[in-house]
Amino acid sequence: MKLKLEKNYLLALVAVALGLLAGALLMAVTGNNPFEGYYYLFRGGLMSVQRIGDTLATATPLILTGLSVAFAFKTGLFNIGAPGQMLIGGLCATAVGLSFAWPKPVLLPAVVIAAILGGALWGIVPGWLKARFNVHEVVSSIMMNWIAYWAVYYIIPGYFKGQYLETESKKIPMAASLKMDWFTNLFNGSYINMGFFLALFAVILMAFILNKTTLGYELKAVGFNRHAAESAGIVANRGIVLSMMIAGALAGLAGAAYYVGYASSMQIGVSPSQGFDGIAVSLLGLNSPWGVFAAAIFFGVLQSGKGFMNAMTSIPPEIADTIIATIIYFAATNILIERAWERIYRRKEKKHDRPEQDTNNSKADQVGGLN
Amino acid sequence: MDYVVEMLNIRKEFPGIVANDDITVQLKRGEVLALLGENGAGKSTLMSILFGLYQSDGGTIKVRGEEVKISDPNIANDLGIGMVHQHFKLVENFTITENIILGMEPRKGLVVDIQSASRRIRELSEKYGLNVDPFAKIEDVSVGMQQRVEIMKMLYRDAEVLIFDEPTSVLTPQEIQELMKIMRNLIHEGKSIILITHKLKEIKAIADRCTVIRRGKLIGTVDVASTSEAKMAEMMVGREVSFSVDKGPARPGEVILRIEDLTVLNNRKVKGLKGFSLEVHAGEIVGLAGVEGNGQVELVEALTGLRKIESGKVFLKNKNITEYSVLDRIQSGIASIPEDRHKHGLILDFTVEDNLVLKSFHQEPYSKNGLLNREVIHQHAEKLMEDFDVRAGEGSASLARSLSGGNQQKAIVGREIDLNPELLIAVQPTRGLDVGAIEYIHKRIVEQRDRGKAVLLISLELDEILDLSDRIAVINNGELIDTVDATQTNENEVGLMMAGIKRGGHR
Repeated sequence: MKLKLEKNYLLALVAVALGLLAGALLMAVTGNNPFEGYYYLFRGGLMSVQRIGDTLATATPLILTGLSVAFAFKTGLFNIGAPGQMLIGGLCATAVGLSFAWPKPVLLPAVVIAAILGGALWGIVPGWLKARFNVHEVVSSIMMNWIAYWAVYYIIPGYFKGQYLETESKKIPMAASLKMDWFTNLFNGSYINMGFFLALFAVILMAFILNKTTLGYELKAVGFNRHAAESAGIVANRGIVLSMMIAGALAGLAGAAYYVGYASSMQIGVSPSQGFDGIAVSLLGLNSPWGVFAAAIFFGVLQSGKGFMNAMTSIPPEIADTIIATIIYFAATNILIERAWERIYRRKEKKHDRPEQDTNNSKADQVGGLN
Repeated sequence: MDYVVEMLNIRKEFPGIVANDDITVQLKRGEVLALLGENGAGKSTLMSILFGLYQSDGGTIKVRGEEVKISDPNIANDLGIGMVHQHFKLVENFTITENIILGMEPRKGLVVDIQSASRRIRELSEKYGLNVDPFAKIEDVSVGMQQRVEIMKMLYRDAEVLIFDEPTSVLTPQEIQELMKIMRNLIHEGKSIILITHKLKEIKAIADRCTVIRRGKLIGTVDVASTSEAKMAEMMVGREVSFSVDKGPARPGEVILRIEDLTVLNNRKVKGLKGFSLEVHAGEIVGLAGVEGNGQVELVEALTGLRKIESGKVFLKNKNITEYSVLDRIQSGIASIPEDRHKHGLILDFTVEDNLVLKSFHQEPYSKNGLLNREVIHQHAEKLMEDFDVRAGEGSASLARSLSGGNQQKAIVGREIDLNPELLIAVQPTRGLDVGAIEYIHKRIVEQRDRGKAVLLISLELDEILDLSDRIAVINNGELIDTVDATQTNENEVGLMMAGIKRGGHR
């Protein structure tokens, strides 16, 4: 088990390396120096305390949406509804933040809880539809995304219109923001906020739920083999609703981290890219909590460094996005990498003249089952 | 020597395994050659190579003395090689004629010439004693007839060599007799047959020679008439095997399971089980005999709570459990060894230790207040694996997927018996296992009985039913035909009942 996990992580790293290599090629082909490019890309993400803070702040919603997608994956569900859940989370957070003039120690928790509840509700709906009527969660989640999109479109200008712009909410008060003065100052005025700690806490909580609780055991059982789980008396439908609810809550929290943490107002007509990016994060992070954390931080570095790279060289910032896309591509096709790997491994084994493995049918399906 | 098909030194590798290692099989004209081996020995791979579904990595194939390259099934067809698959490939709502000509329809102008095709089918049917009605629809005919349609397909395409892949697994004993007769007719008319099987009795009955394969390697080819069943079994398994189950007389006690007038719908929403009643006592094994698809699945799922009960009642120790959930039934004392261990028995991507608490993880000591106690779960697994001889590469931390079929099944049997159930439902508990594992699991099931538990055994293997059961209930078309004492019946009687004919024939 342990060995196999390590092998999977290694494969993820290979995907990253190949992605970076492809980016280097692209830079070279477009007439730029790849070493210089990467130097400024990573420097842009990491060169100062403030930049590191920005990187973490950028990564925060990604950690949470990544966890959201990964958690649903564990139960065999594809939560493509993270953008909608995140939007609704942000909307609930913003609404609470703008509606009540409470002191920060009261208001901020209320804002965060509102975001979590909003996201959870947006997850429960597709989960319930799946459990009750076997509606595919991808279809209903996408519909929920659009409902969230248009709900924001209607509610923000209608009730929380900004001072100057029709398309933007009012700025939320400091009392409702996840930003803390002392924390912002610690990072020399970076965007970093309490959302990062919430995300970190969510990572730990998710790892705990999945590995140590009966709930996690049940959800994974349903995800791996619904038939066997049901035969053992586990109510799969309950697991499906619960899993989507938790996934939605995580994405809702991402909404708070983004709209009342990283930013301080909500715009209409924009679906947050972090929602779909969560799928990529979860894929690269192998659906494991700490894997998601690492993948999100890595994407955060690339995201926040690309501006600097663009400023210092003539490399367009889109290259960073291309690298991300390439990494995802390699991560998604890591079965190919694995096959190549096994071929090399086997050849080596033959050279050492070791006897071949015993005839064992399960070996063949193992290749398919690794991912 | 006149060989019609020769496969010489065939080698086939799949990633990580050698399915066929230097195997030579030679089929004489006009003989039945049995290909004997356990599940996973490489029989099907070898035949798939001959039929063009796989390409071999080494070796040559000769047909009628000439070297050939069979890269797809059409070439095999052209060479006169036909295969009767284990699972029939027929269009349910087509007639027999339509099924047979599918893919090579004779034309008369623009329309399909059904008449001339059906005439030819009738001729062939008479010649080989197949007795098929060209205009019957597949959905209306028996499984045995469907198999004959498959055979007819091959004959219609002028196949000289017929490969039968485990042809008897879906047939009643009487249908098996019929099939044997048909095979003899085929041989008589100059065809040659390769029979893939792991049933020694059938080989003895029909085959001339027998080629034995074990773990992808050729063990040898023997003359069937001069070789005992025990000898062939030993070649197949690699050691001596005992065939009979060691068990004393049953001492039945109180009624544990009472099924009253149970009606259940099948997947097509028609009654799969019709007014079925049965009692199972403590300390006895009741075997449910029946041909596949006669309501066994519906019965098991209704008993375990996976399928809705339309009408009727189920009692466990006089408690009405008809409305109980799956979990409630498990906790009232029903354990079950499912038919499909990969689909219903195990979570292949869980470790063995997690699988061993699949039905008890929510109870103390395995968990408390929703938190798993990993240490206890681990200890529990170590103990069960020891007790039930479950062997795994990395012990209890191995993924269930990495275990061999026999060890997976032993793990399930261990888990279910560890629940200390009142009633053990065992569905095809030894399907696809090697002889050693079968012996072991049979022993464990008898042991349950001797400890005063009720056992309901459901199997498609009549031998298993006859060997293990104290009483035998026979199901046909969703109805209980009769219940008989196992010591006072025989294969023939049970076989007739499996075909729906009640005892005495006239009742």
